[in-house]
Amino acid sequence: MSAASLPTSSPRSDDQIPLLAVRDLVISYGNILAVKGISFDVYEGEIVTLIGANGAGKSTTLRGISGLVPYSGDIWYQGQSLRRVPADQIVGRGIAQVPEGRGIFGNLTVLENLKLATWQRKDKGAIADDYERVFKIFPRLQERQSQLSGTLSGGEQQMLAVGRALMSRAKMMLLDEPSMGLAPVLVRDIFQVVQEINRQGTTVLLVEQNANMALRVASRAYVLETGTITLAGTGEELLKDPRVREAYLGG
Amino acid sequence: MIYILQQSLNALQLGSIYALIALGYTMVYGILTMINFAHGDLFMVGAFFGFMAALAFKLPFIPTLLISMIGVGLLGVAIERVAYKPLRQAPRVSAIITALGVGIFLENLTLVFYPYPQSVPQLLQNITWTIGGVTVSSLQIIIILMSLGLMVLLDFIVRRTMVGMAMRAVSWDKTIVPLMGVPVNLVISITFAIGTSLGGAAGVMYSQAFPVIDPYMGIMIGWKAFISAVVGGIGNIRGAMIGGFILGGVEIMVAAFLPSTYRDFVAFTLLLVLLIFRPYGILGQPRPQKV
Repeated sequence: MSAASLPTSSPRSDDQIPLLAVRDLVISYGNILAVKGISFDVYEGEIVTLIGANGAGKSTTLRGISGLVPYSGDIWYQGQSLRRVPADQIVGRGIAQVPEGRGIFGNLTVLENLKLATWQRKDKGAIADDYERVFKIFPRLQERQSQLSGTLSGGEQQMLAVGRALMSRAKMMLLDEPSMGLAPVLVRDIFQVVQEINRQGTTVLLVEQNANMALRVASRAYVLETGTITLAGTGEELLKDPRVREAYLGG
Repeated sequence: MIYILQQSLNALQLGSIYALIALGYTMVYGILTMINFAHGDLFMVGAFFGFMAALAFKLPFIPTLLISMIGVGLLGVAIERVAYKPLRQAPRVSAIITALGVGIFLENLTLVFYPYPQSVPQLLQNITWTIGGVTVSSLQIIIILMSLGLMVLLDFIVRRTMVGMAMRAVSWDKTIVPLMGVPVNLVISITFAIGTSLGGAAGVMYSQAFPVIDPYMGIMIGWKAFISAVVGGIGNIRGAMIGGFILGGVEIMVAAFLPSTYRDFVAFTLLLVLLIFRPYGILGQPRPQKV
């Protein structure tokens, strides 16, 4: 059941503590078991991806990490358990999520969306720097900062959702299907941005149905099938794995 | 002409009271998609809090108003925590029935303490002037200005502050809000505190203009304010203000030119007709479909 029996494939030495450690995570919605006891690690500086089909439990796993759904098992972040931490405080601990379908507030302006994500921050000066950083990565957002975000295009909304996560100055970013509903050229842009943000020091946990793109940018990857991790390895390994090619990369 | 001017002034006074109460309905709806049918009774409790404060502490108008606003605001927060929060995932109908129950509870609790109508001491020196044939009372002016002041303040809070931003975000999609690090329950409590305290303020002001109060005074006025909120577009703050003044205007003008028994008939007809042509109210928008 657990990934402990699978090759851990961690590129790091065994004594390094993972930034995020998920252990025997079980999440159910009523009678439906969505995640059936998975374990995986994310080390600082990595891009780790969870790939799998629709309904495999990928989004649910992210919702668990962000504290949006109750779970059994445990999730450790920087050596501390997140089990009893309410969702709004998990952001303060340093984990931001870019939710599925972007989840921007369409009745707020672009700037207000960014500002809301700074709710827990007290470092006013650094916040100004972060606006600059976000606008440097996404110049389009600066042009549209006073526009209602509901009027943005899908790609721009995705930029805003990522920019918002950056504004919380999280050490770790959870991305839920950032490529969903975007034209291929925009998908490439978004993945480039994810790599750029990672280079600037943010650890990334990426959930994707677009396995091809995700595996190309990922340091390590896990394959999730109906709530269970069935494969683990580096991005390259899984890109070559016949089972992955068969199931997720169109043979 | 002078008669119309006179009636317009009366309409502004009544309208500002309706608008203040309507704001409470619309704010709670905006954030929880639920009609807090106990809100009219919170207006009544506001009048009684003001009455008790005036008798017990013999304070002037403004401190009495503040005491009542704080008292009703805290009561509103408590009601949300105890009665509505457990039903947040339940069908909206259950929450609405609960709200009706809370309203009846408040009426009867007040009845325990005050079984008879009470007459409220005058807290404001009422001076009247006659300007070009129009009688203007200082009470009227104060009620209108105080209400407008509170509305401007609320508009500022909702549009310009971080808390207001969070309220608007919760009204859009409260499942995403925690991911911003914003505690949803706190935002809901603040919304209840502000919305109900405005109702409390309206209660104190109303009981200065019409100084006999009883535990059932909130029922009809609550319905009227609810109509105001719907006419303006429920969930829309500026809409509630506009709706309040429209309803106040219609009622006063009906009473001025037609037999005054037509007043409520016309008010409710207005609601029915408007909803046929503008089901979302004057400023209301269809709620976004979440994909």
